[in-house]
Amino acid sequence: MELKRKINLITGHYGSGKTNLAVNLALDAKKEGKSVAIVDLDIVNPYFRTADFSEMLENNGIRVIVPMYANSNLDIPALTGAVDAVLNSGEDCVILDVGGDDAGAIALGRYAPAISAQEYDLFYVVNRYRYLTATPDEALEVLRDIAAVSRLSPTGVLNNSNLGGETTAAEVERSAAFAGEVARLAGVPLRATAYDRRLGKLSVPEGYPVDIYVKKIWEP
Amino acid sequence: MAEKFLMKGNEALAEAAIRSGCRHFFGYPITPQTEVAAYMAKRMPKIGGTYLQAESEIAAINMVLGCASAGARAMTSSSSPGISLKGEGISYIIGSDLPCLIVNVMRGGPGLGGIQPSQADYWEATKAPGHGDGQVLVFAPASVQEIVNLVGKAFDLAETYRMPAMLLADGMLGQMMEPVEFPETEPVVHEKPWALTGTKGERKPNIVNSLYLQPKELEDTVKARFERYAVVQEKEVMIEEYQMEDAEYAVCAYGAMARVVKSAVVKARAEGIKVGLLRPITLWPFPTKEIASYGPKVKSMLCVEMSMGQMVEDVRLAVNGTCPVGFFGRTGGVIPSPAEVLAEIKKMAGGAN
Repeated sequence: MELKRKINLITGHYGSGKTNLAVNLALDAKKEGKSVAIVDLDIVNPYFRTADFSEMLENNGIRVIVPMYANSNLDIPALTGAVDAVLNSGEDCVILDVGGDDAGAIALGRYAPAISAQEYDLFYVVNRYRYLTATPDEALEVLRDIAAVSRLSPTGVLNNSNLGGETTAAEVERSAAFAGEVARLAGVPLRATAYDRRLGKLSVPEGYPVDIYVKKIWEP
Repeated sequence: MAEKFLMKGNEALAEAAIRSGCRHFFGYPITPQTEVAAYMAKRMPKIGGTYLQAESEIAAINMVLGCASAGARAMTSSSSPGISLKGEGISYIIGSDLPCLIVNVMRGGPGLGGIQPSQADYWEATKAPGHGDGQVLVFAPASVQEIVNLVGKAFDLAETYRMPAMLLADGMLGQMMEPVEFPETEPVVHEKPWALTGTKGERKPNIVNSLYLQPKELEDTVKARFERYAVVQEKEVMIEEYQMEDAEYAVCAYGAMARVVKSAVVKARAEGIKVGLLRPITLWPFPTKEIASYGPKVKSMLCVEMSMGQMVEDVRLAVNGTCPVGFFGRTGGVIPSPAEVLAEIKKMAGGAN
């Protein structure tokens, strides 16, 4: 999947897979030769976040901006001034991994004036297998909440439907109708159907094979 | 078969409680269990239930006491420091012979400690959840699916034995996402003739109380309660025994820690070490007999915990000297890796293989 604009906001229901997608998009943009910055804007969830991959991303030449106390024992996810700076920086591509639901997107609202002053994409990540967003109507409700608090309009839907390690090609294919309906109701295009690269090539709308970086602690 | 969903441990726990007939949740947010409360806040108003964010953990547990007195299925949820605050209320609930569900998604301690996963509240849960002679049922799930399966059982057994049940998880389990399916079973409904539901002038008032004016009366009440505990210890023990048939060594671990240990056991087996896993699912009642039975059969046991060593004492008491019991743990929010546990297993096996 190619990112077309400088500012890319990754939002969605918590647990929809925003971080894994954000990391893949950042690495892919870098491979295309762009200068890339990624911002961990999650002020809600102290576990499983972009900050977990700081070292790997930096080793790949990506600039990483994380909340000051991310992954420490301090439950104070304060954002740094570097976020304001990066929005107006010379980077070709800036990816913001936003916290889940409207609670997480509140942080985005603070940057809405700076973001809407330039070209941006606000992607809404959906997973048809998440319990409270398993119907297009439920998914749309969360999107409306996110748009309201972030004071920004969505521009695309990213289908990231998966059942974790139990995902098969059938689950991904079965999610296409759901994702298409969410996009239709939201009045924006479906920009990607992300799936684990190891499933082989799938014929799904806007197929986007990804690597899985967010892993369980007991997985070797 | 029911459809599978991808759920976080905390939200699966909340949904399972709702499906078990719980319509009353009283809590106070604390990392890493906040999603339980957030989920309840979203769902309870839609299904005619009560979600109440109390002014403190102490208030929340006393609301559970009141709600349980009236015969309703009630629960509260917190993490380590919050559970300490609830201690007094838990003791009163034990002393009042009331059923309820208390969730502890453990984090590093003591004190304010930290927000990363821990298992350092084992002693608190199994030995002294509050002051006085008393116990709570303690369930330690190791997967999101097992959380779902145990929540209903916890409510059921709490009401069967008229005692609180605790679901002891850790930050790792509360935050992890896994596919789950909800069993399509109806919650078990218990008659509660003791509940404070109003006499309507037709019967003598029920009394729910933990104060006794005569020492002998209190002693008799506690003894009667301990007779119920003996039945629980006889009938309700749960343990998973993995690769123990031909095991020369055993590793004991519970909760999400046991997942890490299982990975290490699989690797050790691949390297020719005959090792198995003993995973207590109920921590009280503790699977004393089951673990004791392996004492004479294995050369050695190892207990692995995210603490300085707490369950290891119960394992040692269980085997009672029939085999040596070693310990390996990390604490303060540090999770032992499969590689670290494998190294400890190899150390135990002494390179003999």
